[in-house]
Amino acid sequence: MFGLDKKDASLLLIVAVLVAFAPFLLNPFPEGSAMAQFNAGYPDLMQRFVIFGIFAIGFNILFGLTGYLSFGHAAFLGVGSYAAVWMFKLLSMNVLPAIILAVITAGIFALIIGYVSLRRSGIYFSILTLAFAQMSFALAYSVLTPITGGETGLQLALDDPRIFGSSTTAEGNIPVPGFFGLEMRDSTELVLGNWVFTFNVGYYFAAIIMLAAFYLSIRIFRSPFGMMLRAIKSNQQRLNYTGLNPRPYTLAAFVISGMYAGLAGGLMASMDPLAGAERMFWTASGEVVLMTILGGVGTLIGPVLGAGLIKYMENIISKINADILHTWFAFLPDGLEDLVVTMIYPFIGKGWHLTLGIVFMLVVIFLPGGLVQGGQKLAGLFGRKKASQPKNATTEPAE
Amino acid sequence: MDAIILQILNGLDKGSAYALIALGLTLIFGTLGVVNFAHGALFMIGAFCAVTLSKLLTLSHTVIDETRTDFLGNPLKVEVPYVYDVFGQTTGDAIIDWAVPLSIFFAIPVMILIGVIMERGLIKHFYKRPHADQILVTFGLAIVLQEIIKYYYGANPIPTPAPEAFVGSFDFGALIGFEAGQIIYPYWRLVYFAFAAIIIGAVFAFLQFTTFGMVVRAGMADRETVGLLGINIDKRFTIMFGLAAAVAGLAGVMYTPINSPNYHMGMDFLVLSFVVVVVGGMGSLPGAVLAGFLLGILESFASMREVIDIIPGINQVVIYLVAIIILLTRPRGLMGRKGVMED
Repeated sequence: MFGLDKKDASLLLIVAVLVAFAPFLLNPFPEGSAMAQFNAGYPDLMQRFVIFGIFAIGFNILFGLTGYLSFGHAAFLGVGSYAAVWMFKLLSMNVLPAIILAVITAGIFALIIGYVSLRRSGIYFSILTLAFAQMSFALAYSVLTPITGGETGLQLALDDPRIFGSSTTAEGNIPVPGFFGLEMRDSTELVLGNWVFTFNVGYYFAAIIMLAAFYLSIRIFRSPFGMMLRAIKSNQQRLNYTGLNPRPYTLAAFVISGMYAGLAGGLMASMDPLAGAERMFWTASGEVVLMTILGGVGTLIGPVLGAGLIKYMENIISKINADILHTWFAFLPDGLEDLVVTMIYPFIGKGWHLTLGIVFMLVVIFLPGGLVQGGQKLAGLFGRKKASQPKNATTEPAE
Repeated sequence: MDAIILQILNGLDKGSAYALIALGLTLIFGTLGVVNFAHGALFMIGAFCAVTLSKLLTLSHTVIDETRTDFLGNPLKVEVPYVYDVFGQTTGDAIIDWAVPLSIFFAIPVMILIGVIMERGLIKHFYKRPHADQILVTFGLAIVLQEIIKYYYGANPIPTPAPEAFVGSFDFGALIGFEAGQIIYPYWRLVYFAFAAIIIGAVFAFLQFTTFGMVVRAGMADRETVGLLGINIDKRFTIMFGLAAAVAGLAGVMYTPINSPNYHMGMDFLVLSFVVVVVGGMGSLPGAVLAGFLLGILESFASMREVIDIIPGINQVVIYLVAIIILLTRPRGLMGRKGVMED
């Protein structure tokens, strides 16, 4: 199917089904119940799952295949966001030109930065990309304020031209982004008993793009080009000796993953039309590294899993507070209850970064292949037969 | 001329911090071959050693002072630090005033201990793993350490003043024969620079003139051969890791009066320190120190009004710009050794 072998096609199909039914799957607990806060099926978070999924898939094409660890990928995401918001300001509120321009701008940026940075490899490459990203951040924050909006970020205004659209709506508000009449923020709710499921236009729009991006990444992984990138990771010197110049390949991978980041940035601006410099800060670049590692470097599905897990933790764990903990452990005797709550308290709410850091360290130490490797190990434990089959659904890093 | 001298002086204190952190990073990289992303966190923990000690010193208990009364006529309750009970009031006051310099003695054992635990407990297991894994696990550790500090000390900066004697500025220009009032420089920054110079000198002397240092240098050059000679090089490298942690910690302790410590100060310095290490040349100790001071001074020159007027925004990007140029033109950095991480 679509030029994929059976395993890949079924993987794509599973992902497609999961994504399509995400509003159900992410809302397993009835509204108003004690567990309802674990529901992740609200539009804002679901949009973030797929958008950061795209970002991580793109990052994985570079890091997973070539082994070049870029610490400045958020710059492309930021550039994409700015480009998209400018399209909204100048052209119209249709998301299509905005996303296309975001991808192209990020691609050009990646071409320039990649051309310079890829002259070095290893930690020097990491530092170079980090330096470029920090420079973009500092410039966007200060000198380029006319283009980027500086500290407040780039926002839409009522007096923007929008030559193909209207500057204001009939009610005198700023129009919202849409796709040929479908407004991104529109949602329909389905009430089934105690359950409320939300279907959001923006989510499904982003989800379809993510599936396309995922399909493209499978094709890249399986193509001769992907094989070449893996050859670069496993032994660049030998590649040189066979008379091949690796740089065009790495540059192509860098630009492709930069365009993925630009796509994510454009989508982010389409869901919520503003862009800020903090999206380019190096912690944002660090986040996508965390996502990819957590899920599994060099695997197809890993980055998406990692992105989902981190965004889930960020939004759900950070919402838990001491009162909620007390209600959970109310069945314990008083003294013990307080003790348990004090023990858990540092890891929740504002301390969710601590949980993230610990989980991340554990994964790097014990599961260098990320969650995907963890899943394979579990499968190996429970069924000898499954483990003995070649693990084709995911790709081992070529080393 | 006076403006130039002023900018050089201004660059020295930041440059000293860069140099100290970069020195520790290079020490770890040169001995153990580990890229330590948690080094900024060690700097931050050092700063919080100073915060902890000054808090400990001002711990007080309530005493009812019969000789004075409050406005209702009841005996006044006064808070008396425990230090007064031990040393008396005048000495006690002096000790509290000198909390930051005293923290040096508190920080050294704490930092060495933390360093050794880190190396034995975690980093030891990562020697054989690729550099990317080392970066990632220490990056995770940095997040964890930072969040622990944030949990106990809060997210706001904690002001930690310098001793009374070093508060204020002096007229440096008048000392070297310029017009008075042209070059004003705070005392503490001078202290910081002198302190950094002493530490850097001590580290180099330790490596150059002691038998222990000689063995460590030999181990940096060829670990295997030193091991074959029957020397337990691992143990010495562990101690060097503790030493590097102590250097970063001391840099943090003395930096507290310049910038009130907060939980993310380590990360802020880390990114720049890595740039410094790479510019200086991976694995070269003099290179790290030189690049630290150079970039610190360059940064302060770039933030001059006159320069910003010509090239707007240059103060924000100058370090990265220099790093990019140096990496592209001198692949080994300023003083990098041949064959160390050259790819």
